Amino acid sequence: MPITHAFLLFFIFSSLQPTLSLYEDQVGLTDWHQQYIGKVKQAVFHTHKTGRKRVVVSTEDNVIATLDLRRGEIFWRHVLGHNDVVDGIVIALGKYVITLSSEGSILRAWNLPDGQMVWESSLHGPKHSKSLLVMTNVVIEKDNVVIIFSNGRLHAVSCIDGEVLWNKDFEVESLKVQKVIQPPGSNFVYVVGFAASSHFEMYQINAKNGELLKHESAAFSGGFSGEVSLVSSETLVALDSTGLILLRIRFHKGNVSIQQTPISNLVEDSLGPAVIIPSSIMELFAIKINAVTIFIRVTGTGKLEVVEKANHETAVGDALSISEGQQAFGLVQHAGRDIHLTVKLAHDWGGDLLKESIKMDQQRGLVHKVFINNYVRTDGSYGFRALIVMEDHSLLLLQQGAIVWSREDGLASIIDVTTSELPVERAGVSVAKVELNLFEWLKGHMLKLKGTLMLASPEDIAAIQYMRLKSSEKSKMTRDHNGFRKLLIALTRAGKLFALHTGDGRIVWSLLLQSLHKSEACQHPIGLNLCPWQVPHHHALDENPSVLVVGRCGPSSDAPGVISFVDSYTGKELSSSSLVHSVAQVIPLPYTDSTEQRLHLLIDADKHAHLYPKTPEAIGIFQREFSNIYWYSVEDDNGIIKGYALKSKCDGTVADKFCFGSRELWSIVLPSESEKIIATVTRKLNEAVHTQAKLIAADQDVMYKYISRNLLFVATVAPKASGEIGSVTPEESWLVVYLIDTVTGFVLHRVTHHGSQGPVEAVFSENWVVYHYFNLRAHRYEMSVIEIYDQSWADNKDVWKLVVGKHNLTSPISSYSRSEVVTKSQSYFFTHSLKAIAVTSTAKGITSKQLLIGTIGDQVLALDKRFLDPRRSVNPTQAEREEGIIPLTDSLPIIPQSYITHNLRVEGLRGIITVPAKLESTTLVFAHGLDLFFTHFAPSRTYDSLTEDFSCALLLITIVVLVAAIFVTWVLSQRKELQDKWR
Amino acid sequence: MEKGKGVMGSCRRWAVDFSDNSTAPSSRDIPDPPGFTRASVDQDDSAVSRQKKDAESNWKAQKAWEVAQSPFKNLLMMGFMMWMAGSTVHLFSIGITFSALWQPISALQGVGKVFEPYKDNKVDLLGPKLLFIALNLGGLALGVWKLNTLGLLPTHASDWVSSLPPAQEVEYSGGGVPL
Repeated sequence: MPITHAFLLFFIFSSLQPTLSLYEDQVGLTDWHQQYIGKVKQAVFHTHKTGRKRVVVSTEDNVIATLDLRRGEIFWRHVLGHNDVVDGIVIALGKYVITLSSEGSILRAWNLPDGQMVWESSLHGPKHSKSLLVMTNVVIEKDNVVIIFSNGRLHAVSCIDGEVLWNKDFEVESLKVQKVIQPPGSNFVYVVGFAASSHFEMYQINAKNGELLKHESAAFSGGFSGEVSLVSSETLVALDSTGLILLRIRFHKGNVSIQQTPISNLVEDSLGPAVIIPSSIMELFAIKINAVTIFIRVTGTGKLEVVEKANHETAVGDALSISEGQQAFGLVQHAGRDIHLTVKLAHDWGGDLLKESIKMDQQRGLVHKVFINNYVRTDGSYGFRALIVMEDHSLLLLQQGAIVWSREDGLASIIDVTTSELPVERAGVSVAKVELNLFEWLKGHMLKLKGTLMLASPEDIAAIQYMRLKSSEKSKMTRDHNGFRKLLIALTRAGKLFALHTGDGRIVWSLLLQSLHKSEACQHPIGLNLCPWQVPHHHALDENPSVLVVGRCGPSSDAPGVISFVDSYTGKELSSSSLVHSVAQVIPLPYTDSTEQRLHLLIDADKHAHLYPKTPEAIGIFQREFSNIYWYSVEDDNGIIKGYALKSKCDGTVADKFCFGSRELWSIVLPSESEKIIATVTRKLNEAVHTQAKLIAADQDVMYKYISRNLLFVATVAPKASGEIGSVTPEESWLVVYLIDTVTGFVLHRVTHHGSQGPVEAVFSENWVVYHYFNLRAHRYEMSVIEIYDQSWADNKDVWKLVVGKHNLTSPISSYSRSEVVTKSQSYFFTHSLKAIAVTSTAKGITSKQLLIGTIGDQVLALDKRFLDPRRSVNPTQAEREEGIIPLTDSLPIIPQSYITHNLRVEGLRGIITVPAKLESTTLVFAHGLDLFFTHFAPSRTYDSLTEDFSCALLLITIVVLVAAIFVTWVLSQRKELQDKWR
Repeated sequence: MEKGKGVMGSCRRWAVDFSDNSTAPSSRDIPDPPGFTRASVDQDDSAVSRQKKDAESNWKAQKAWEVAQSPFKNLLMMGFMMWMAGSTVHLFSIGITFSALWQPISALQGVGKVFEPYKDNKVDLLGPKLLFIALNLGGLALGVWKLNTLGLLPTHASDWVSSLPPAQEVEYSGGGVPL
């Protein structure tokens, strides 16, 4: 209900002190929160007890979580630190989850029902190695023992309290342990591995006390490569270094024997080297040659025989003991649009325990992992459920030939986000699924009225709250008047695009990009960037908006690029192409063509600029502005910032009129022995600035903000101080901050903070930059602000000249003509360390700004920019107070009510994105990490609209009653007047 | 009244006209009664009425001056109210300022009406009118001054530049750390 001229309300509100907190019943009205865990790496089922069935998973985003098997909801979740990678999980004693993480040096036990940590122990060892976690059934003094090989040492740890019972080092220097095996029912473990790449080493160790029982080794001149598969408790299968010969290694009773079988003997048309798919299925293993998966049986006599060659994409799960001596394993194969889930017995290839075909969404890609679990049906037979991890990182539970639930965990790893408008509502096109009828509308308003008049019963209040939360208004698929409804388009690490509705966070469409799909030409595609490509608003309204996705084949910067264009309404890939050049930078230009397609420059590794779209019209527009387009690159590893202008032709031999060469204009070389670039930040391209004048109310003066899109903020630290906080003394650490004009290379401002250290998080908006760093002398974090003002316009002070328009304030300006700037800066202490920082952005840039700070506790805190005003002084004058200057304090306040995430946490927070709504007062905030959080935020309250709980019905009724009263009194007064006259 | 007129008009039988008071004897059918000299009565009458008229015009002039001075009181009261309202912009001060502006303007619009009752050939209304206008202008000035102290008048450079959009930049530069 926007009323643009609600002056009265404005005056009432402006006299109140703004508070940013929200009431309990406002939670969930405009905000939504989604929890994810990331791509599952390992899953352990826990279904024995009669209680709630659950699965414990560890993921590539260092999350340990338990999920409800019925619905896929998270029971509990722990996000480990950035460098605390989970190596393995087991369930011990039926009540603990034991996890090994941080390269095998931290072992933790979590209580399975509630996720409380029970114990933690750290394991140390002589060298870095593979980490293995094996649950044993060995009991030492009533303690169940878990055996860990990590950091080159074998540890036995008690499950009850995490105490290390014994440990054992291995004398062979170059031992690379592959497996730790406990044969069932025995009291010893085998530790097997390769040494010096041509020796197979086997240690038999007493699991009770760590005593070495036997050590055998065998040499194989061909060497070993890659992974191993366990085909029995005393037999391994490995490949030689060429990948052409299969080695069956048997270490029965301490005698090591190696048997060689060339793959060509088994498979006639074998093409190239094979790779072992690591597994531990009895008498069976799988190898992969190119795209063909081959299953090979190892018979008791040591003979190898091929049981199946699968040409389709296949995923194999680990073995599952279903009964004494019987093992089953899961297998998922793709066949067109379907996937086939097969559960087979290990010793009997032909006998399938389960064969199901499930229709699978094409946008989920291939199956990457499969975990199976069995249950006993009511008729006593075995049923199986399978948890599968797809290419797009989603997690699905399959049971009885259907998808029971699915989780879109790809959203836990968002690379880039952009927004798109929704379609305009047209007459005759009903897009909302549930339109309210008049009766319901009336009923709703009556309920609301009851609520306002405090007549509502608790049930009514609950009904009102439900109505507010489930309002169909906010999740419609059309543009709204206030610009609250938009599509958030997110590119994930798996190469999938998701479009989320801002109203309720649901996925409108998703697309697994074919251009970012692994293929022959593009082995390791990665998504880099997502830009709005076409935003039709004026003369191309019939076209759908589209986004540009830029990717690259491989991690190196000279790998060829891929681009694709995706329709934002339908989620269809309009076109995609593999580029002949690499992609080092994507520069959106401030020009659009007649169909509102934005011109983009893609800079390759050879510093050639490629113009997109490749149309003659784009060339025409580009040629017109050619001399005014520059670009720069920050080479942070060697501390050089270079600026370039464009040449009209490429240097290469191929004539390409969309390719332009670069000419170096300037370079800033930072001394590598004293400065290392750690952060750069620029203004957002689409930021709206209302005015460049800043009023100084105290003396009615004007200062002119230096507003330029071509400003770059660079922070450097001493190379020594680029490590952890506290690794250097204050004397040898400094932080230098530059403001550089990227057209001319002119350094506008430079300031050194002695005794300070990174990491630096910064945000640049209008004419100011705020950055956050650590002050080693004060042992505290600090936030500094720099504001830049233009002095060359300061003499525009004659009112009459301004009235008649005789000033140069709106004439176009060039970076080459001006240089006179003054800066004001100030530093404040700040309690938190930061993960991200952003600033609110509104449609016209009139509303005052607030900083959005992603705290270390994964919450988003709003901090008024006024707290970071360099003009704050200890005793501001009356006029300054009226202007809103806050008395100086040494530290910035953290007001608990201004957490915009209220009581929620955005685990693993990585970025905060602000998007202006059409309503000037409001900005849309999207925070993403493992979790997603979205809310509306009004930095100076919603001064241009009525609040959500404003009762329209009450207003209408009041008006009606007033009109009726006026009419009645008028009639009455008429009658009375007449009577008076007759008297 | 209407009815009576209608009756008289339609069926008049006879009538005596008392309203004849013309001074010329020749025009009269009936001579004046003996001892009655019309001229002396007339003269006497005119002297009295002149006196009366003088008093009235004096009184009118006096009243006019009073009316002319009345905005002064208003002015004082306004000044006091303004002082009470302070110099910050809020509902009260804005209300007072606008009434302080509106009152003189409406008064100036109705200058003629205000002095209508005191209109007389002999009374010189120019002085009171000028005073009245001057005082009201003073009130208006006071209102404008108040408006200015509230900062609502565009008398500063800041008022003219804050609506200007930021200047366009000629050059464009993009880039950053290679992806």
